[in-house]
Amino acid sequence: MMPRLALAALIGVLAGCASTGERDPRDPFEPLNRGIYRFNDTVDQAIARPVARGYVRAVPVEIRDRVRNFFGNIGDVFIGVNNFLQGKFEDGVSDWARVAFNSTVGLLGIHDIATDMGYEKHNEDFGQTFGRWGARPGPYLVLPILGSSTVRDGIGTGIDLYTDPLTEVRPYHLEYGLVGLRLTQTRADLLDASRILEEAALDKYIFQRDAYLQRRRSLVYDGRPPREKDPEDVDEKKPR
Amino acid sequence: MSMRRSLVKALAAVVALGFAQLAPAQDAAPDQLVKTVTLEVVELIAKDKEIKAGNRTKLVQLIDAKVLPHFNFSAMTALAMGQSWNKANPEQKKRLTEEFRTLLVRTYASALAAYSEQKFDFRPLRAKPTDTEVTVQVRVLQPGAQPVPIDYSMEKTAAGWKVYDVSVGGVSLVANYRTEFNNAVRESGIDGLLKNLSAKNRSLDAGGVADKK
Repeated sequence: MMPRLALAALIGVLAGCASTGERDPRDPFEPLNRGIYRFNDTVDQAIARPVARGYVRAVPVEIRDRVRNFFGNIGDVFIGVNNFLQGKFEDGVSDWARVAFNSTVGLLGIHDIATDMGYEKHNEDFGQTFGRWGARPGPYLVLPILGSSTVRDGIGTGIDLYTDPLTEVRPYHLEYGLVGLRLTQTRADLLDASRILEEAALDKYIFQRDAYLQRRRSLVYDGRPPREKDPEDVDEKKPR
Repeated sequence: MSMRRSLVKALAAVVALGFAQLAPAQDAAPDQLVKTVTLEVVELIAKDKEIKAGNRTKLVQLIDAKVLPHFNFSAMTALAMGQSWNKANPEQKKRLTEEFRTLLVRTYASALAAYSEQKFDFRPLRAKPTDTEVTVQVRVLQPGAQPVPIDYSMEKTAAGWKVYDVSVGGVSLVANYRTEFNNAVRESGIDGLLKNLSAKNRSLDAGGVADKK
């Protein structure tokens, strides 16, 4: 219990400082973030996106669904852990029931039979758990390769990766193969979203940042965030 | 005599029926409206070979005809502009609304096309009959992933229920444009924003992004 609270407090402190009041108060490191964003975008256009497109063209949708299910099943283990940590015991039990059914009857997770049985898939991670415990997101960060994050969610992602069951897989070439396949599947699932971003945004960096912050806030509250103070109020205090 | 009376009755019945059919279109319950329009459009997309083959112009036309009448674009633009809206003159407001509309249609068309093969779960409306503002919730069910919630914020107007914001996965479209719009206005005024918007729309016309899939 104690380390958890201490961690939440630490994140709170980290989130508290570093607000300068210049530009967007949520994004004090904007110039640095933009630099990393450009780097990520270059890598994405040169490698990740072409690979994901090739994967979609080469692999039929039925197989891709099974690949997504397989990794989704592994992810459900810690989604359950996070639901327990957030005190949502019913959801946690449901997540672990999903793992139990999908790993066995669903043939190592390639069939998501649990959804058909009424156990809906959830979206949880350590960043959301810290948010539930009251940690504020803190400044917006763009992490190399990983992309949009915040101080809170970045620490969360660190723990997500540390606890990732795939990192236990041996031999190494199998681990790397699986991680690579999961990355490809994830990027492929985002192809439509990234195209919409390209079409919709006047400034991709801003559009993605605001969408990320809204999305994370919604996820922390499981889609029912409390009504926010009018963002215009924040604008008022900003120097012109 | 009785013949004529029954004829009048029959006529009255026909007229009444005609109105009865017109009436629901006007004040259809908002959740019903969303469901009917979504299913109709998704079906039209599924049946249309050209759209399936990537004909964006046709898709945009479809959205324009079927979906847009149910959106209140001046309200959306005003909300996205925030305080800057009051700095715009009527002519600028009109042009802003037109440009924003064009941009949103494309975005919406892309989003709908991306989801058109998924299953929809139309949530029951939680609102009182007297409410004039409601949120209609739809969820897109995808294999192996958490459902994506789509929330339509709707307002009752004289011309029926109109959408004034759409949020996808907790991301409100109107709120997401607010920072971009405010930045543009701060840097180069309302006319600067207008220039940005129309340049964006023209680049999409040229098909720069659309064809890259």
